[in-house]
Amino acid sequence: MQRFIMVRAFHSLIALVAISVIVFGLARITGNPLDVLLPIEATQEDFDRVQRAWGLDKPLPLQYFKYVSNIFQGNFGESLKWQDKTAGELVISRFPATLQLASLAMIVSVVIALPIGVIAAVKKDTGIDYAGKVVALLGQSLPSFWLGIVLMWIFAVQLDLLPTSGKGGISHMILPAITLGFFQVAAIMRLTRSSLLEVLDTEFVKLARIKGVSERKVIWKHCLRNALITPLTYFGLILGSFLTGSVVTETVFAWPGVGLLAIDAVRARDFQVVQTVVLFFATIYIFANLLVDITYAYLDPRIRYD
Amino acid sequence: MANVALPQQLPEIEAPRGWQVISQVRRLPVVPILILLVVLVLPAIFADQLAPHDPLKGSLRNRLQPPAWTQAEVVNGVEVKPGGSWNHILGTDKQGRDMLSRIIHGARISLTVSLIAVFIAGLIGTTLGLMAGYYGGWVDHLVMRIVDIGLSIPAILLALVLVSAIGASFGTVIIVIGGIFWSRYARMVRGDTLSIKSQDFVSRARVAGASNRRIMVRHIFPNVANTVIVLGTLEIGQVILLEATLSFLGAGIPRPTPAWGLMVSDGRELIVNAWWVAMFPGVAILLTVLSLNLFGDWVRDRLDPKLQNV
Repeated sequence: MQRFIMVRAFHSLIALVAISVIVFGLARITGNPLDVLLPIEATQEDFDRVQRAWGLDKPLPLQYFKYVSNIFQGNFGESLKWQDKTAGELVISRFPATLQLASLAMIVSVVIALPIGVIAAVKKDTGIDYAGKVVALLGQSLPSFWLGIVLMWIFAVQLDLLPTSGKGGISHMILPAITLGFFQVAAIMRLTRSSLLEVLDTEFVKLARIKGVSERKVIWKHCLRNALITPLTYFGLILGSFLTGSVVTETVFAWPGVGLLAIDAVRARDFQVVQTVVLFFATIYIFANLLVDITYAYLDPRIRYD
Repeated sequence: MANVALPQQLPEIEAPRGWQVISQVRRLPVVPILILLVVLVLPAIFADQLAPHDPLKGSLRNRLQPPAWTQAEVVNGVEVKPGGSWNHILGTDKQGRDMLSRIIHGARISLTVSLIAVFIAGLIGTTLGLMAGYYGGWVDHLVMRIVDIGLSIPAILLALVLVSAIGASFGTVIIVIGGIFWSRYARMVRGDTLSIKSQDFVSRARVAGASNRRIMVRHIFPNVANTVIVLGTLEIGQVILLEATLSFLGAGIPRPTPAWGLMVSDGRELIVNAWWVAMFPGVAILLTVLSLNLFGDWVRDRLDPKLQNV
């Protein structure tokens, strides 16, 4: 177990280093970042001065080293668009909004998906199961940004029940949370269904039934507990799609989170901020996957590195 | 009870050839294929002939015309909301460009981007997967490590970094998508190669003096080709979806090219007054991706049922 955790953590570390190299490298292959940063009327002297001040005249590996050591000191660079703030501050200040939205979306999707998944498994090949399949297929085929706009059109413009976009009370969160959650509904539902079907077929369930345990108790207590392990292990993947999903959903609903920050930064070609957001999201994602793998290995002793 | 020896292999009963063909045709996913032809393929090929107007030129006099079937709203003899005209069946956008023509030309963008991106991803993925599976050792380790890392970065984030570094363009989108999707081919092809290379015909080819490259290209590749084709068809829909998402975010195809995602993005701010600008391109994306997914499932069931869970 210890060995597994060590090896797995080492792999995560490699992935993180790789991402930082990619992000750093991309900023450099496009040429000198100063070409974009400095105003057109800057003279050659200005150019040289800034280049020396920022250490851009040093060899690349040295620059990378400097970049990483700056990150460890909490210095992610200056933002171009938001002059008074550093990239690190920006991401931290926007994170609570993203977290709010993502947690509400997570609750929405689990509350909807779990019961449907269970019913679809218990009543296999009935109308409900079929409806579940259609939802899953839609989840794969609907463009998420478009779903958001359609919901906005129906509930905010036509029915005038909810605000169209921006940040405010709980009513501002409903549409974004549903948009973000919908795509997880399809995934969680299918996972719950298939793993529950497997458990329903096992001996201990048959035994419970023979012993006269009520059907409701068999399904919700005996089966579901065992069936939930599979969906749990997909938590990492699901979290990943929440992170990327938040970029889209926040753009559609002008929700001022980290995702919208990334898009605004891309549009303003504010590379420091894009870099920071991507590193931030990637770290969360990799760390969550590491935790999931360790939990899974803990639950299932067959999973080890030899 | 007497032991009755069952025949080791039941004789295969083959249906008459004609019946086989008919049953294959009958199982064709007709509706998805028809939708694909109407929404994606035919418009992409014949965009110039089919589009009633120029997708890039509009006249501001015709801006934000509603779809043809919309009735004008008249209050006390004054027209407050104009009706649609059959000249612009799906209405016009903010710059007076014909929506239908833009959607038709958008099909060309979607199809071109997705075909090239899937081809590039397939080429890189298959080559690296073949090499990893065939050579094993450090090649295998290296490739699989890169695959793991590739799969551990959420696709849209990678695209955002690339686009903000290189700038949004047709080429960037293809590079980004190709760079994201190759890893699944590599994984599948590597797995298949591992099991194929231990079979007799491979070692016989080697004894016969075939080079490593020849064995990979002429002997192993034909056996993994089905997997590659199935993955390709299954992924085209996802690629179109990703391209549309990137374009919507402003990190994909640049304006004023009529890409579906861009058109939805234009329509977002107009949703209160002009719902049709965002709605129709979205329907085009949905129909295309939905049919591609259904078609992909069918291709998989035909060619490679073991990929059921991909």
